Amino acid sequence: MTKKPVDNNVYINGRPVAIEGERNLLELIRKAGIDLPTFCYHSDLSVYGACRLCLVDIEGRGIVGSCSTPPEAGMRIKTHTEEIREIRKVSVELLLANHDNNCPTCYKSHNCQLQRIARQLGVEHVRFKSVLDRKPVDVSSPSVTRDPNKCVLCGDCVRVCSEIQEVGAIDFAYRGHQASVLPAFGKDLAEIECVNCGQCTVVCPTGALSPKSEMEEVWKDLTNPDLFVVACVAPAVRVGLGEPFDMEPGTITTGQMVASLKMLGFDQVYDTSFAADLTIFEEGNEFLQRKTKGEKLPQFTSCCPGWVKYAEQYYPELLDKLSTCKSPQQMFGALLKDRLPDLLGVAKEKLRIVSVMPCTAKKYEAKRPEFIHDGVADVDHVITTQELARMIKAAGILFNDLTPESFDMPFGFATGAGVLFGNSGGVTEAVLRFAAEKITGKPLQSFEFKQVRGESGLREAVMEIDGVQLKLAVVSGLKNAKTVAEQVRKGTCEYDIVEVMACPQGCIGGAGQPVSRNPLAKKMRTKGIYDADKMMPLHKSQENIFITECYEKFLGDIGGHKAHHLLHTHYQSRRRLPEEGIALFSGHGDQRLHVDVCLGTNCFLKGGQTILNGLLKHAEESKLENMVDVRASFCFEQCEEGPTVKIGEVTLNHATVDKAVDTLKSELEKQLSGAATAVSGCSAGCSSGK
Amino acid sequence: MSKATTVTKKGDGKGPVAAGKRRVIICAGTGCVSNGALKVYDAFMREMKENVLDFDVILKPESDNLHLSKSGCQGFCQMGPLVTILPDEIFYTKVTPNDVAEIVQKTLLKGEVVEWLLYNDPNTKQFCKGTHDIPFYQRQMRYVLKECGLIDPEDINEYISHRGYEGAKKAFLSMSAEDICKEILASGLRGRGGGGFPTGRKWDAARVQPGAKKYVICNGDEGDPGAFMDRSVMEGNPHSVIEGLMIAARAIGADEAYIYVRAEYPLAVKRMYKAVADAEAAGILGDNVFGTGQKMKCVVMEGAGAFVCGEETALIASIEGMRGMPVPKPPFPAQSGLWGKPTVINNVETLAQVPRILLDGADEYRKIGTATSPGTKTFALTGHVVNTGLIEVPFGTTLGEIVMNIGGGVTDDQGKITKDVFKAVQIGGPSGGCLTPDMLDLPLDFDSLRSVGAMVGSGGLVVMNQKTCMVSVARFFMEFTQRESCGKCVLCREGTKQLLSLLDDVIEGRATLETLSLMEQLGRAVQKGSLCGLGKTAPNPVLSTLKYFRHEYESHVIDKYCPTGRCKALAKPMINATKCKGCTLCVTVCPVGAITGGKKLPHKINQEVCIKCGACAAKCKFNAIEGV
Repeated sequence: MTKKPVDNNVYINGRPVAIEGERNLLELIRKAGIDLPTFCYHSDLSVYGACRLCLVDIEGRGIVGSCSTPPEAGMRIKTHTEEIREIRKVSVELLLANHDNNCPTCYKSHNCQLQRIARQLGVEHVRFKSVLDRKPVDVSSPSVTRDPNKCVLCGDCVRVCSEIQEVGAIDFAYRGHQASVLPAFGKDLAEIECVNCGQCTVVCPTGALSPKSEMEEVWKDLTNPDLFVVACVAPAVRVGLGEPFDMEPGTITTGQMVASLKMLGFDQVYDTSFAADLTIFEEGNEFLQRKTKGEKLPQFTSCCPGWVKYAEQYYPELLDKLSTCKSPQQMFGALLKDRLPDLLGVAKEKLRIVSVMPCTAKKYEAKRPEFIHDGVADVDHVITTQELARMIKAAGILFNDLTPESFDMPFGFATGAGVLFGNSGGVTEAVLRFAAEKITGKPLQSFEFKQVRGESGLREAVMEIDGVQLKLAVVSGLKNAKTVAEQVRKGTCEYDIVEVMACPQGCIGGAGQPVSRNPLAKKMRTKGIYDADKMMPLHKSQENIFITECYEKFLGDIGGHKAHHLLHTHYQSRRRLPEEGIALFSGHGDQRLHVDVCLGTNCFLKGGQTILNGLLKHAEESKLENMVDVRASFCFEQCEEGPTVKIGEVTLNHATVDKAVDTLKSELEKQLSGAATAVSGCSAGCSSGK
Repeated sequence: MSKATTVTKKGDGKGPVAAGKRRVIICAGTGCVSNGALKVYDAFMREMKENVLDFDVILKPESDNLHLSKSGCQGFCQMGPLVTILPDEIFYTKVTPNDVAEIVQKTLLKGEVVEWLLYNDPNTKQFCKGTHDIPFYQRQMRYVLKECGLIDPEDINEYISHRGYEGAKKAFLSMSAEDICKEILASGLRGRGGGGFPTGRKWDAARVQPGAKKYVICNGDEGDPGAFMDRSVMEGNPHSVIEGLMIAARAIGADEAYIYVRAEYPLAVKRMYKAVADAEAAGILGDNVFGTGQKMKCVVMEGAGAFVCGEETALIASIEGMRGMPVPKPPFPAQSGLWGKPTVINNVETLAQVPRILLDGADEYRKIGTATSPGTKTFALTGHVVNTGLIEVPFGTTLGEIVMNIGGGVTDDQGKITKDVFKAVQIGGPSGGCLTPDMLDLPLDFDSLRSVGAMVGSGGLVVMNQKTCMVSVARFFMEFTQRESCGKCVLCREGTKQLLSLLDDVIEGRATLETLSLMEQLGRAVQKGSLCGLGKTAPNPVLSTLKYFRHEYESHVIDKYCPTGRCKALAKPMINATKCKGCTLCVTVCPVGAITGGKKLPHKINQEVCIKCGACAAKCKFNAIEGV
């Protein structure tokens, strides 16, 4: 091009709009004050171009998607031609004709983009017949409900899961009208690698993916006069709860929140920031010990259940680097179930702990078997900020008119450090406020560590405290966590502490928070948390006198025996899905010997299949159908030693058909003789559960 | 299936074989193979060994022996297996293994023609000795397919002996990248995959992109129902595709090429693999192309069975191991394609033309075809026409020439040439449209077809007679695109489903005139608004039949009557009183006793009782029963 364009404008419906670094026409059009409808465009995600609603007519080029067209100076575009209006209407009608239109009862009603866009475009009737082919709703997951009958296939969930979280739990399957978004092999959400972060529900424009509701269970407990119901409210809830009541994101609603919870019938309302303070004692102490010994570094935080499951699935070799501290929710649950019966004179079986969380993964966390003892969970129910707002509305409580009330003591007492947990970087800052004083032995001049604040999903800071250098990383979004985890795996990581929150910007951006169309919502909530910290009388966890008292009267030493029992946990590798293997030969006997033949790629190439066939042949010829179960299993992760066969308790490496058959014979003999002598306990010490 | 052994049994050195280089070519295109061509080949091997003939099965330029070989598709699939004897140019059709002995005895040993194995022209009742006597071939111009019916596709030496790899050699040794792009641009070559985009412009766009890593891809994912042009080229002359791809790579500065072959074409897959391996072994592909030190890696990839992967961005996604779904353009593949690098994707037929263009020059190429669409185009000619098969004609050939002369005329349902039964030609498969008898003079090229709402597409040509219901035709293609839509964009996924459902309303008698206008509105929205070419062209079969056969739709909608009787719900079998001779045959076959009438008097069908089974129409010797 020899001629320079005369100006830097795109002419939108005849009016010039200057290009100022917009990546696509859609951004430019929206800057010009025209809110073109979209389902599949999200500025944080890759351009997808599937909903065909942001179409514009470019002079000389025709109709194109504005989301996927870079602006060029001199372009003349029209956004609302007769043709385009018709295409948009047809598109929305087509979606409505393949949609479960039970809007009044839909979870997303009023937040639904399909509803909003249909109204915006003036779709008054649907010209097409319904072609909805009703499919079952997946309610298997404790965190996320998937209703394929409401899916518009915009792919936002698929992209957020793979691009932001790098989990890829769901993707497209099938073609044409059968196309759907599914977990691999059509499995249920509960069975797969979903980490329950719920970010898919945040971007889902309809009710196809929504947080799993526990409101009914909570209502039942609240209306049962025999029960004593305690609410524990997470820090981030207070800066999000106002939004469904038309308040600005970030408005601090602590007082009204407590008042509304009391009006709903909660007997006590506590602040999970208390448990966050407690976490700082335990986790800070754990860190100082590791730092002194120079072991198990970097210490990864363990507050976020989405991250914990991610680490268990993809980085089991790094699990020893995770802090063994339970999350504040689970510490609180364990502590309250232990202490409240004494303190308040309530029978433990009548006590119910309900968490109010900005998070869907907390629902999953509360149901992890480690946190359930003799059928009694430390935390009975978890509801989200969204659910609390709905309960408040359902009860007819006029939230905006409420007179503020305070948390109940002592567990409603928290410092600003505990409140900070709601923000990405908050745990790190709270630890620093604790550790700096521990290292120097002197009170801090200023309590704010602004080095660890910011919006980026991967921030780092280096600071020196009394000659001790601390390198910190603050991570939000699991894709960023992967970056750091890979560094650790390769041994190139020099951090001391890595704070990981699964959701971008931390808990204030959790999937339990109200869904906002305000692009600044997360920023405003973040500010709300920092403001809330400022407004607290105390800012350092170690200043929380009720926690100090707790240790003195009850817990004993920080990190001591009792504290460890109540406040710490363990993790397990989830590299393999809980897969049963494929049963190839089995009968009805009570004490059948389990034989698993690895058919992972490596073992398969080394002859796993031949061994499997050999064993099956032997079992058939020797008529062992009621004595052995033979299964084809997936990788045992002993590839170098393959082919690998597990026969009862014996793991046979470098197996051959003969070896396998011999071992099978000897194990069967053992079993027979064992059964003949006595019923003996498991020699391998299975009680550990491993 | 390389024949590594050379059979050299010595005979007496006498007889016609010794006279010169003789060849027996057995067509081993898919059609002939499924008709038993390989058994015919084996029979020739057996017979020739037993009759002590000097013959080779691999090409040896110095040998004067009889040469037995297989070839790619020779086009006249309907008459296969085909056997050609050169240099006599004898063309035997429908040869079975039992016929081979006679061919060997008479033709090879005595030089006689076995007349009854020749093609018999149904119009003239004459036996045609060679292809030049057969109207099906006379009117064609075999350019891309020239070597397809001649050389052994599995023998690289045969390709090389027919000027093979000379174009690539010229490109690598004596032409700059810019020169090649200029030459191709000057030739006016346009993409044969359907869109007709100028190939030279595509190459040049990729050539000027910065960066050292670029890719070229051959799109062999031909998926239109009934189309087998690319298949025939890949099976019949795989090296021409590789050579075209090498030239494209040289033109844009790529050193890596992918050949994406439809997996449902096992023979094409096999031959492409072998051709790549042979070219590597010959030093044509590899680390030192023609001794220039330049690298050229070529990878054959099998598709995963999705029609949409013929769309270039979906094809790229598929190569990258992802689900084959198109992505919005821009960026175009020439800017950011495979693995985010500048990439040129060309269709098989486009690439196969390239070597010859480079050798003969752009001017020579422009002598063929029309000014805006130079060159030839292959079509898969099928349907109600005497001669079906693979044909190649210069652009600008009229529809009438193809249907009436090459195709030999339109037939009725019994396969007999019948006057006035020609109803329509569906061109371009699921993306194309319908042409009508008043377009017989339409010269077929990219632009003229677009002007009548159709497109070259990949080149399917289905001739249809009066017994074809155009609503059902539209439904057939709509069902295909609906099923093959990747499901990504709303208009294509839901729009094709609704179009199908609206067509069903028409076919099953539920539609009103509003249905037709809704179909048009929806069709236009899908056409204008869809993300990729599949969606943008999906409504074509519906819109073009609505345009040219609206009366037929209206008959379905207003009269609730399908004139052809193909739509069972709307069939109204009636007896044409002028044709009915009152033979009573129909009365005897009607299972429900719906037909009445006296002997030698016109019969009547009681519509209340009739179940529209069509048994009467099938039995009637006078075609008197209509509408079923």
